[in-house]
Amino acid sequence: MSRKIVDRTEMPKQSPEARRTNFSEVALGLDPELARREAERCIQCKTRPCTTGCPVEVDIPEFVALIAEGKYDEAAAKIKEKNSLPAICGRVCPQESQCESLCTLGRKYEPVAIGALERFAADWASKRAVEKREACAGDVDSDLQCGCEQKVCELDSRGCAPTSDSAASAARVAVIGTGPAGLTCAADLALKGYKVDMFESLHDTGGVLRYGIPEFRLPKSIVDEEVEYVRSLGVRIFTNVVVGLTLDLREMLESGQYQAAFIATGAGLPYFLGIPGENLNGVYSANEFLTRVNLMKAYMFPQYDTPVNIGSKVAVVGAGNVAMDSARTSLRLGAEEVKIVYRRSRAEMPARLEEIENAEEEGVEMMLLANPVRIISDGCGKVSGMECIRMELGEPDASGRRRPVPVEGSEFILDVDTVIVAVGQGPNPLLTERTKGLELNRKGNIEVRDECGATSIPGVWAGGDIVTGAATVISAMGAGKRAARGIDEWIRSRF
Amino acid sequence: MFKIVEKCTLAPGVHQYEVEAPLVAKGARPGNFVVVRTSETGERIPLTIAGHNRETGTITLVVQEVGKSTMEMGMLEVGDYFKDVAGPLGQATRIEKVGTVVAVAGGIGVAPVLPQIRAHKAIGNHVISIVGARTRDLLVLRDEVEKFSDEVIWATDDGSLGYHGFVSGALEELIGSGQKIDEVIAIGPVRMMQAVADVTRKHNIPTTVSLNAIMVDGTGMCGCCRVTVDGEVKFSCVDGPEFDGHKVDFDELVSRQGFFRDKEQIARERFEADRGGCKCHAK
Ligand SMILES: Cc1cc2nc3c(=O)[nH]c(=O)nc-3n(C[C@H](O)[C@H](O)[C@H](O)COP(=O)(O)OP(=O)(O)OC[C@H]3O[C@@H](n4cnc5c(N)ncnc54)[C@H](O)[C@@H]3O)c2cc1C
Ligand code: FES
Repeated sequence: MSRKIVDRTEMPKQSPEARRTNFSEVALGLDPELARREAERCIQCKTRPCTTGCPVEVDIPEFVALIAEGKYDEAAAKIKEKNSLPAICGRVCPQESQCESLCTLGRKYEPVAIGALERFAADWASKRAVEKREACAGDVDSDLQCGCEQKVCELDSRGCAPTSDSAASAARVAVIGTGPAGLTCAADLALKGYKVDMFESLHDTGGVLRYGIPEFRLPKSIVDEEVEYVRSLGVRIFTNVVVGLTLDLREMLESGQYQAAFIATGAGLPYFLGIPGENLNGVYSANEFLTRVNLMKAYMFPQYDTPVNIGSKVAVVGAGNVAMDSARTSLRLGAEEVKIVYRRSRAEMPARLEEIENAEEEGVEMMLLANPVRIISDGCGKVSGMECIRMELGEPDASGRRRPVPVEGSEFILDVDTVIVAVGQGPNPLLTERTKGLELNRKGNIEVRDECGATSIPGVWAGGDIVTGAATVISAMGAGKRAARGIDEWIRSRF
Repeated sequence: MFKIVEKCTLAPGVHQYEVEAPLVAKGARPGNFVVVRTSETGERIPLTIAGHNRETGTITLVVQEVGKSTMEMGMLEVGDYFKDVAGPLGQATRIEKVGTVVAVAGGIGVAPVLPQIRAHKAIGNHVISIVGARTRDLLVLRDEVEKFSDEVIWATDDGSLGYHGFVSGALEELIGSGQKIDEVIAIGPVRMMQAVADVTRKHNIPTTVSLNAIMVDGTGMCGCCRVTVDGEVKFSCVDGPEFDGHKVDFDELVSRQGFFRDKEQIARERFEADRGGCKCHAK
């Protein structure tokens, strides 16, 4: 086997010392030369196992081959046939447990860097789209030629134009939540010719992509671009609308304003530990901490009004992506020591491998097999420490992972002044509990009846984290896609 | 964008706005609040809905200038816009026919108490309002209070009008006079609500307080607004903002309200410097 195949191309990154002090993107992306070199590693095997690892079944070997041939725009268009948000997925998908984990090459060597290639193609195409847009800005003719409200260059760059027929164009669909599930569903429906209105409770779009995942991992300009694309398809987006409070879902349907709806409200309810001291100043849920920093841009205080306080010694409880993001954000805000406190071992950490590596490179310490039991006050209502207990792994539990059990008498005190709780999120009940007849499971997630996400209310679909519990961007997108299909079939059969 | 169609200044640094927000006006009930943002760089600020009009599609907000964001709001005039208004948020007040209700309001707490006394009166309760401020000039919305209450007791810390002392003292006196009271609602500064709850606890009068915890989203998504009620953690934006005053951990609330004080100070000073000195009391 030639060296060329053996050595996987590493994506250039900002150095750990540099990036600890800024919020710019950490991974810098491949240049065309690196991308081609990596794409050429793909042996184009007949069995294509990678595609079965992709929740939206992107034609991976095909787009990789196009990159190898230098046809980057075509590669991007190929991905877009199945995945409408490739610039985002290329950055945040857990490829090591999806496509890349099944790569044939990976059995003997390192798998093809599929995520990096996806990101390359998407970034290439969007850079080209911006150039084209600028070139024909103000060119009225090109608008008219298009015969619709979108600019020609916009449609070209995406390689698709809205199709339309009467059943679809007569129907209006409400999509609730502008996270990846909602955006994907809205785009697919708009492309089928439906009129789509999106509703978002916050003042800005994107869901977790905006308020949760930090700038240094997913630049907000990319989220903006994807939202703009969805808007360019004719989708209207209404922010500041909390469905369940500002509007009632059943009324929206019963009034005839909307023929169908898709609920994609995410996992917007932070879990706490339920231990003493959790309401002390200096304890944040990861949601609060990240929302302050990302959505409200507290890292730019006082240019932006929302403050965030960070101490010098931070403990982040949990070991998922949310925990890694919180830990790395803490460093960038100026914390001196940041520890991840996790009750299981390294093998069970749910975060993407790349983020764990990035965090460690930046100086985040992993305190494994330890569980907080109480947060200690300085006497004036502020955190001055956290008592933890050592854990060991016992028998496997329902999740198949070995259950952590406390080691008696092993309590110790961690010297910290800030605690960020990142132990998961559940379904936010604002909409679900106020929508009569909507069936929920025990945990409060919406019950769906088929793979498209049909709910107990006719004409209402649901998908993404509100159905599955906190999961991934790509699985939320997959749910959005399937719901668009379900809604389309349902409307066609009725109207 | 949410247009300001009316503005008046009730007292130095206290402004009342009518804001176009038809969907909020349509669903608003006493006790609800909205989250407001003034500009692209602004914070999300919770404000109680002090009134709503479904015909005109407007809501009434009363804002006291205390920090940078509220000072910035103070500079908005008729025809200007709030960037974002989201709501109606929070649980609505439970309004039941109980007999005699005493509404105790401190400072600008009188604005959010108004929709409640209106609703209590509308369903036939006898409403006694006890409204206090530091001094006579800071007693705002007096006509409205008179209009919707059966009896009003004014209180000022300096004795310039009515009862000389705190509203909790006036309430104690009212109870002492033998007045039968079935329910008390208290809205105002935390320590005032705590003092009222301490008085009514002795007399076993059910008491509802409205908590102004620091919030970010206002929809139960961040947990920033958590308070302890009866030993349990609650999110005041979705479980409240009204809670049983006898069960709230007021000390914790006061402590949590102060968490960002240093930063708030920095923001305010920068804003005042940019604006050329403190003008918050200019009007
Ligand atoms: C910090 C963090 C890091 C993550 N990192 C990764 C990662 O690296 N890779 C990965 O694959 N996944 C990651 N995830 C998970 C991933 O982001 C989610 O699984 C995904 O965003 C879920 O998409 P969604 O569309 O279902 O919901 P969301 O993205 O949560 O969007 C829901 C939207 O609905 C809105 N909404 C809620 N209620 C209402 C209502 N009543 N009315 C109107 N609007 C409403 C919300 O404000 C929100 O904008 C991460 C999550 C977090 C929090
Ligand atoms: S303000 Fe975020 S949960 Fe209440």
